Amino acid sequence: MQPASAWAYLLPWDFYPTVLLFCAGLALIYIRGWRRCRETGQPAGYAALVGFLTGLGLVYLVMHTYVDYLAQHMFWIHRLQHLVLHHLGPFLMLLADPWKALRAGLPVRARDLLLPWLARNRPLRLLYRLLQYPLVAPRLFVGLIYFWLLPEVHFGAMLSATRYQLMNWSMLLDGLLFWWLIFDSRPASAVGRLGYGGRIVIVSLVVPPQILIGAHMALATESLYSVYNVCGRAWPISPLTDQQIGGLVTWIPSSMMSVIAMLILLRRWMHERESPALPRGTVA
Amino acid sequence: MKRLVWPLLLVLALAGCGDSASLYRLRDISALLPPLALRLHDGDNRPRSGADFAGQVVLMYFGYTHCPDICPTTLARLAGVVRQLGAAAARVSILFVSVDPARDTPAVLRAYGEAFGPRVVALSGSQRQLGALAKRYRVSYGFGPADSDGQYEVSHSSAVFIFDTRGRARLLATASDSDADLLADIQRLLAPAPVATR
Repeated sequence: MQPASAWAYLLPWDFYPTVLLFCAGLALIYIRGWRRCRETGQPAGYAALVGFLTGLGLVYLVMHTYVDYLAQHMFWIHRLQHLVLHHLGPFLMLLADPWKALRAGLPVRARDLLLPWLARNRPLRLLYRLLQYPLVAPRLFVGLIYFWLLPEVHFGAMLSATRYQLMNWSMLLDGLLFWWLIFDSRPASAVGRLGYGGRIVIVSLVVPPQILIGAHMALATESLYSVYNVCGRAWPISPLTDQQIGGLVTWIPSSMMSVIAMLILLRRWMHERESPALPRGTVA
Repeated sequence: MKRLVWPLLLVLALAGCGDSASLYRLRDISALLPPLALRLHDGDNRPRSGADFAGQVVLMYFGYTHCPDICPTTLARLAGVVRQLGAAAARVSILFVSVDPARDTPAVLRAYGEAFGPRVVALSGSQRQLGALAKRYRVSYGFGPADSDGQYEVSHSSAVFIFDTRGRARLLATASDSDADLLADIQRLLAPAPVATR
């Protein structure tokens, strides 16, 4: 089951209006806001632009092209897809500190309606606070990885189109929340901002469980996920090889993301201590 | 230990979606896959659709007639189990969907289907029709490189998708399931539904 032409590899395997709307909408709003920020002399660098759009582009690539088909029929590509949805994509998007640009890019009417509504909406704010609570966020982050990898749950997610979508969206949204907490760029005085020490603890806490489950899959001597045998793999490969590569993808790059995040946080921490009088910018 | 709290909560939340106490021995897929729908042609090159099999328990299997081992074994096994149903076998159809229409012309399909007995209907279609069907049931297939005689291998799903008399996807059978389980579950699907569950 291969596309007829090279271009067709970039076409959606399954067309999801939500994915198109989410990615195209965010990209348009961000680019608009980024240009507006530059026009008005606010800080908006090319690094942030490239970082945000690369992260968003990667998310689109794994959710809405031929990669989506491969991820449904090859375990290790599914793991790669989740690495992008849960780690790499949101990591790059939030590292770019996109809030100011996103705010500036919203059409005025939408901004005047949306932002006050968000500020007033207590249940939503409570939910956000709960999910970003330092004792909850790392558990949710690791818990979701473990949950979708429970063999029975994984089987259902790979067979049911609805559950498959639910799985991918839950990974993406949790990834965005988690890296938002980690790369929060509000000044130290901002209410509810977690200190750098706490954030470093959180990014390091999520490493051992990911190593554990990655190693469990990479070193297993029997196939744990039968759904790929049942439905057929994208190309001939032994089930154990597929699983071993998938385990390594879960084990190594995801742990490295935490290490990189720690280095970035340490650098920001030192920078903040050296120049406490210069806030890094505020988010309303 | 605490790491388990979130997954467990989510498991409980999702468990509510499906019928957890299945009466069936095979894997229950009621909540997972859509009802039977297909547009293919049979060995007489007549167009066939899912509606043609209304009122029947349908066992659907993807393969190709040049398949050296697993397709003929699976079909022979399914036909053998269905034969054990006796008169009720008339209410069961085994759909063999060939994903290799280039070699499996209607004439080839017809001869192949007949070799496995009266309950086997061999079907195929255009790549577009087959692709749509494979996507609907989330199965994959692919073609290996051709040898000097132009012959090639085809990778395909190994599962048998079982639909009830109302066309709803119900069970999934694999090579590891026993004939006895398969027979018992088909009989259960053929039994009139108890009034309480209607």
